[in-house]
Amino acid sequence: MSAEEHKDIETTGHEWDGIQEYNNPLPRWWLWTFYITIIWGIGYTIAYPAWPLIERATPGLAGFSTRQNVADDIAAARAANAEVEAQLAGADLASLAPGSPVYDYAVNAGAALFMTNCSQCHGAGADGAPGYPNLLDDAWLWGGDIEAIAYSVRHGIRNDQDPDARWSEMPAFGEMLSEAEIGAVTQYVLSLSGNADDAGLAQTGATLFADNCAACHGENGEGNRDIGAPNLNDAIWLYGGDADSVTETITASRFGVMPPWGERLGDAGVNALAVYVHQKGGGE
Amino acid sequence: MWDYLKLAVLGLLTLLAAIAANFARDFVYQVHAVIVMLVAGGVFLRALRHTDEPKRPVSNEYMDDVIRAGVIATAFWGVVGFLAGTFIAFQLAFPVLNFEWAQGYANFGRLRPLHTSAVIFAFGGNALLCTSFYIVQRTSAVRLWGGNAAWFVFWGYQLFIVLAATGYLLGGTQGKEYAEPEWYVDLWLTIVWVVYLAVFLGTIIKRKEPHIYVANWFLLSFIVTVAMLHVVNNLSVPVSIWGSRSVQLFAGVQDAMTQWWYGHNAVGFFLTAGFLGMMYYFVPKQAERPVYSYKLSIIHFWALIFLYIWAGPHHLHYTALPDWASTLGMVFSVVLWMPSWGGMINGLMTLSGAWDKLRTDPILRMMVISIGFYGMSTFEGPMMSIRAVNSLSHYTDWTIGHVHSGALGWNGMITFGALYFLTPRLWNRERLYSLSLVNWHFWLATIGIVLYAAAMWVTGIMEGLMWREVDPQGFLVWSFADTVAAKFPMYIVRGLGGVLYLLGAIIMCYNLWMTVRSAPERATAMAPAE
Ligand code: HEC
Ligand code: HEC
Ligand code: HEM
Ligand code: HEM
Repeated sequence: MSAEEHKDIETTGHEWDGIQEYNNPLPRWWLWTFYITIIWGIGYTIAYPAWPLIERATPGLAGFSTRQNVADDIAAARAANAEVEAQLAGADLASLAPGSPVYDYAVNAGAALFMTNCSQCHGAGADGAPGYPNLLDDAWLWGGDIEAIAYSVRHGIRNDQDPDARWSEMPAFGEMLSEAEIGAVTQYVLSLSGNADDAGLAQTGATLFADNCAACHGENGEGNRDIGAPNLNDAIWLYGGDADSVTETITASRFGVMPPWGERLGDAGVNALAVYVHQKGGGE
Repeated sequence: MWDYLKLAVLGLLTLLAAIAANFARDFVYQVHAVIVMLVAGGVFLRALRHTDEPKRPVSNEYMDDVIRAGVIATAFWGVVGFLAGTFIAFQLAFPVLNFEWAQGYANFGRLRPLHTSAVIFAFGGNALLCTSFYIVQRTSAVRLWGGNAAWFVFWGYQLFIVLAATGYLLGGTQGKEYAEPEWYVDLWLTIVWVVYLAVFLGTIIKRKEPHIYVANWFLLSFIVTVAMLHVVNNLSVPVSIWGSRSVQLFAGVQDAMTQWWYGHNAVGFFLTAGFLGMMYYFVPKQAERPVYSYKLSIIHFWALIFLYIWAGPHHLHYTALPDWASTLGMVFSVVLWMPSWGGMINGLMTLSGAWDKLRTDPILRMMVISIGFYGMSTFEGPMMSIRAVNSLSHYTDWTIGHVHSGALGWNGMITFGALYFLTPRLWNRERLYSLSLVNWHFWLATIGIVLYAAAMWVTGIMEGLMWREVDPQGFLVWSFADTVAAKFPMYIVRGLGGVLYLLGAIIMCYNLWMTVRSAPERATAMAPAE
């Protein structure tokens, strides 16, 4: 290769498959930057925990420890909120006044807790998803006053972790009623909110409903909060209001599970969530 | 005699694989046993038919058949890997692409390791295999050592790729990133790799040149270190020899440290030292200029290989890893900055006096931009190793952006340059079919990388800041789902970047194919090894 053009710089004199190498010195700036990083490195390892010895590593002069830093940060945050947390944990929810410092703190804390623990099921805006109730509206399964909400959150629903969980179970009617009967009672359920496609069938379904369903859902399908039986005449659906979904619910029943949070989030956490959910719009 | 030994081994292997398929305790293992049985059986039959043929006289020409096969494999696996990458990029943007009917085979979790292994080991690995065979022959002026051993390395490596890839799709993985294949695949790769080392070293030992060229130092350090990393990180005890599951030797934080010692040096030796070897040959050849500084080569080579080995803990900042290990990983990474840049300087300065060629030669331009991206990601890397920076960048898309500016920019572009360099020479063509298509490839790939990297910097820093944002009372402002939603537009930009990059690679394949088919022959035949 044309090393001749650069006669001033020498090559090393070797050649491989036509490739030669110049004998240029190391670039100054490169070498100096390299030295500086090395010196910085030595200094840094003196200041920070670094070199492993037989018993333990050198701790460093700066007294740095990531674990200690985290512990300090958490302790500082805890201390800053300790007083209001204690007040919230022991608060009488029903008499907590909107606008008071404890109330405002609870809304704020509840929002943060809701994002991490609840939004997966109830949606980031608490507007629910099929099978997971909307927490913004006035339609409550188990009750919408603040104490009832706190109970639902603390103990959960139909879970086997908490013995005090809210509990009820709708039977699967697929084994008790014929397909035709289920079709009829489906039409009756839809007619309660004025959505039946077949008024004749709905008429037939009325007796079936009175015999099989009214005990839980009420004579007019108005629901029963003691056992979490949904209101069927308000056109608000947990599992879907088309004929197929309703037939599916009646045939196989449902079993919505909500985990208990009392153990995990503590009294202050549960209270914060209850306040947060209650002030969202549907609270009673 | 040798022929009969070969037949006996192959026959035994076929039989063993059949037995293994029969006793298999899980599906992955069974599929793999059947693949091995078919391959071994096929090779057995082929060997049987050729047993009594007279031996061809030993040739002293360069052994280029295996390199031609390697060029084809590199281009093929490149397209496969980029396609998988582009698809998973869109899966992240549109989760419906995790089709219900393909659950358990083609969902994101199964395809992600397929992508990483296809690009790193299949595309990058084949590129390293074939260029290292080319370079070591040319710069030692002798034929590859070991006769057909080079073919064994090539086909053995392809078998490894197929076993690894089918394993991922069927869920056979030991769950270590970049080291997912199960124990028997690891054993097979070990055998192939040792033969690779023997072929490479054998060729260097019988070289006709008095000195060993720099490219070969880098390639040799790559082969030796990868062997060591692979063996140590995969130490495990199979649950049963009839099953794919195994138990790792190390546990807990020791396992994590071993894994990232491996992971970082896979970057350092597979994706850096090996590709620097490529750079040290193809750049001076294409530029037709001497390498800038021999001294710099020596110093940065030894500094690089010494420092890389200690930098692994920067992948484990703020974890169960003790602080002292984290500090050392960070310090060694920062000191690694200049040794990394030594390669960049040597590559770029080799062009001094030939810069005008960049205007006319798109292949050289590809190599130069590759060196540029190398410099960029080896600046970004040390910066991200600093604990305070890492506390923002870790777990975010910033890491993904860093990976791909290195992978697409440096590894991809230098490989494309090498393929454009090699194809006319290996198939004895006067020139490439079309330089303007190379130009198209260059721009598509470059814009693709810029879209990819820029999108990931934006989402990475954004999500890092969102994750840590707290209100005055110390409560997090955003949920994780909020950050996912906020990244959506940038995920589409990244996907488009992937489409452009893939398109460029397909154009390259067409160009290379047409070069072989229709470019005029070179006037003189290839020179034999001297
Ligand atoms: C795993 C999913 C899941 C998670 C997580 C979850 N929930 Fe629920 N939640 C449900 C289901 C399902 C129901 C309805 C159960 C039923 O059918 O009665 C429910 C019901 C409720 C109710 C009663 C609604 C009513 O109409 O009476 C409240 C209040 C509630 N959840 C609050 C929360 C809060 C606050 C959190 C976070 C701490 C939370 N949930 C987390 C699944 C979940
Ligand atoms: C033992 C009490 C009980 C009986 C009897 C009962 N249900 Fe229910 N039903 C429930 C409960 C509790 C739920 C809520 C289930 C859940 O959330 O998992 C429910 C839910 C439903 C729903 C779903 C509502 C929605 O919003 O999606 C429909 C529809 C329904 N029942 C119809 C019927 C019909 C029709 C019958 C009679 C054939 C019947 N139920 C009998 C307790 C009962
Ligand atoms: C068309 C080009 C490519 C596209 C669109 C693409 C896309 C992707 C995507 C979407 C991911 C997953 C990111 C995540 O989990 O958030 C990924 C991961 C990865 N890709 Fe690519 N990729 C491409 C090419 C390459 C190439 C050429 C290489 C290497 C040579 C490469 C190496 C990797 C690696 C190492 C990871 C894992 C990164 C990590 O875990 O931090 N990719 N790629
Ligand atoms: C001096 C050189 C380099 C240093 C110090 C460095 C440093 C880093 C750091 C700090 C991370 C992030 C770790 C984390 O937070 O999880 C990282 C990730 C990564 N880097 Fe680099 N980098 C360098 C060069 C390169 C190059 C040239 C490439 C590729 C060609 C590369 C490929 C990767 C990959 C694949 C990952 C992702 C690993 C994973 O999490 O899966 N790096 N690197």
